[in-house]
Amino acid sequence: MKEMFFSEAISAALRNEMLRDESVYLIGEDIGVYGGSFGATAGLYDEFGPGRVKDTPISELGIIGSSAGAAITGMRPVAEIMYNDFLTCCMDPVVNQAAKFRYMYGGRVQVPMTIRCACGGYVTGAAQHSQSLEAMFAHVPGLKLAYPSNPQDAVGLLISAIRDDNPVIFFEHQMLYGAKSEVDEAFEPIPLGKGKIVKEGKDVTLVATGLQVTRAKEAVKLLGEEGIDVELIDPRSIFPLDKEMIYQSVQKTGRIVIVTEECKRGAWSGEVAASIAEDLFEALKKPIIRVGALNTPVPFSQPMEEYMLPQVKDIVNAVKKIAE
Amino acid sequence: MALPKERALEAYKTMQTIRMFEKQASRSFAKGIVQGFIHLSIGQEAIATGVCEALEKQDYITSTHRGHGHMVARGADLGRMMAELCGRETGYCHGKGGSMHITDTDIGFLGANGIVGGGLTLAVGAGMTAQMKNNRAVSVVFFGDGASEEGGFHEAMNLASIWKLPVVFVNENNHYAISCKVSNGMACKTVADRAIAYDMKAKVVDGNDVNAVYDAMKEAAAYARSGQGPVFLECKTYRWDTHFVGDTDNYRPREELNAWKEKCPIKAYENYLKFMKLADEEQLKALEAEAKANIKAALKFAEESPFPAPEKAVEDVYSDMVEEGR
Repeated sequence: MKEMFFSEAISAALRNEMLRDESVYLIGEDIGVYGGSFGATAGLYDEFGPGRVKDTPISELGIIGSSAGAAITGMRPVAEIMYNDFLTCCMDPVVNQAAKFRYMYGGRVQVPMTIRCACGGYVTGAAQHSQSLEAMFAHVPGLKLAYPSNPQDAVGLLISAIRDDNPVIFFEHQMLYGAKSEVDEAFEPIPLGKGKIVKEGKDVTLVATGLQVTRAKEAVKLLGEEGIDVELIDPRSIFPLDKEMIYQSVQKTGRIVIVTEECKRGAWSGEVAASIAEDLFEALKKPIIRVGALNTPVPFSQPMEEYMLPQVKDIVNAVKKIAE
Repeated sequence: MALPKERALEAYKTMQTIRMFEKQASRSFAKGIVQGFIHLSIGQEAIATGVCEALEKQDYITSTHRGHGHMVARGADLGRMMAELCGRETGYCHGKGGSMHITDTDIGFLGANGIVGGGLTLAVGAGMTAQMKNNRAVSVVFFGDGASEEGGFHEAMNLASIWKLPVVFVNENNHYAISCKVSNGMACKTVADRAIAYDMKAKVVDGNDVNAVYDAMKEAAAYARSGQGPVFLECKTYRWDTHFVGDTDNYRPREELNAWKEKCPIKAYENYLKFMKLADEEQLKALEAEAKANIKAALKFAEESPFPAPEKAVEDVYSDMVEEGR
């Protein structure tokens, strides 16, 4: 085990896969000498050179379109799009091309490509550098989505994403890059679609993703002090979703709160809630509660941003509301 | 230069096959046997043929919504093509793609594309594969004049040029992006002018002259293959039909259309073959009949093929899982 920052964990996983498979290459803006806007490719340009760490001009369409073209011709690209907000500059190759190739071509091709992108707020990044857009992509059949909450999971999930023969979008919350934890240097993959029970409990099920896992942990502690025993689940993948793990927990507790950083309108958390309502209605003792951001763009000024994005107290209140 | 003698008659047959395939697709569409959106390339046969005659086996092609001709010229199986247009199980994509997404990666054909300009950045990726694997492949992208007005075109041109990728940009300038006349869609005089901004070698050729296209493509492919960088070819042509089978075509003067029909690429090549004594009328008729018989057989194969089982709709979304979501 070695203690690593989240950004170092990403870099270590990339390095591991580049050493293992020479068809893996990196492509993106400022990922070379600069080491990535969040330092997640630091050192890799020096080790692997410009042939495998491809610094690009500001061309999101070119980055993702070319990755899709390379993926269907035998390479295994890992693209970095600086923020998930910028994925909207290349929706065509993500949504119409990469996600659909295999299907449109009747299963004739594999599309082994990974798109890494920073996401999330709490950094006064304002409306174009703070969004949580997972629902947009969860909506598209053909894509897989991973969203690690800590360095260890980042390593395992990124390895799985790179080895996957389907396009995977890999969300990295920008507040997590500086998070530190122990990482197993065996570099074992964590299967996409396999969640983790962060803390067992019997009263209320709490599902949280990305940075919200950290926040949910704080809420769980506070609630524990008040005698509410919360079971915290980190699904780790947005799709495929570990429904089994969540369902088993809900069958036990009969109560669920889903916390994501997305604005709630059309959020992925709604998909989870709807699945539970459809499949497990009888097991529910209380209404399903979602905690998310308000339905506005992310505001710049800190007091407004804090007001707009979900806070620990929102999680605590939501759990309390249905704990009785 | 011009096509080598031993390929000349084959190229003629290819052009005839493309035209007959398109005509048959149109007839079958009218009968409801071919479904969906069909875009015909009648009048543009010389470009697909000239380009593909100049390629090698390992080369990649990305195509457009008007892509039947490219695929025929690359040597695809006509029966499986027609079956795909008819939504049959035996089609290239087992009925999941149709005309706009038809593909055969076994012959390096990376797909028709329903998004205008969609193939351009993909072709850059295939060019990157060729460069990284050093497999001597050239990546060829067909695209129309309208696609050169998309942002992706400019990113693709720029990336191919700065990385000296083995990509040949084959612009089929048929003068209309649906109803938008090319001169209304760009300020420069001709599409090839855009290559100047990317410091890219470029050439404008008569897209209705199969020999001219072949010669230019041969040279372009050799240049790209040698690692010197991408090449831009603008092939001037005209689509005889409407944008898709069924559009009103109220935007093109009849005189303009008729003038271009006078420049029929097949007729021109027939005259060339006869003048050069490479073929006589009888031989040409025989090749035309052969092409016709092949299309007839393709249609028969398609019509006799079963439709896919409806529940196959849930397969092939992912390589390793099925989520029906019902």
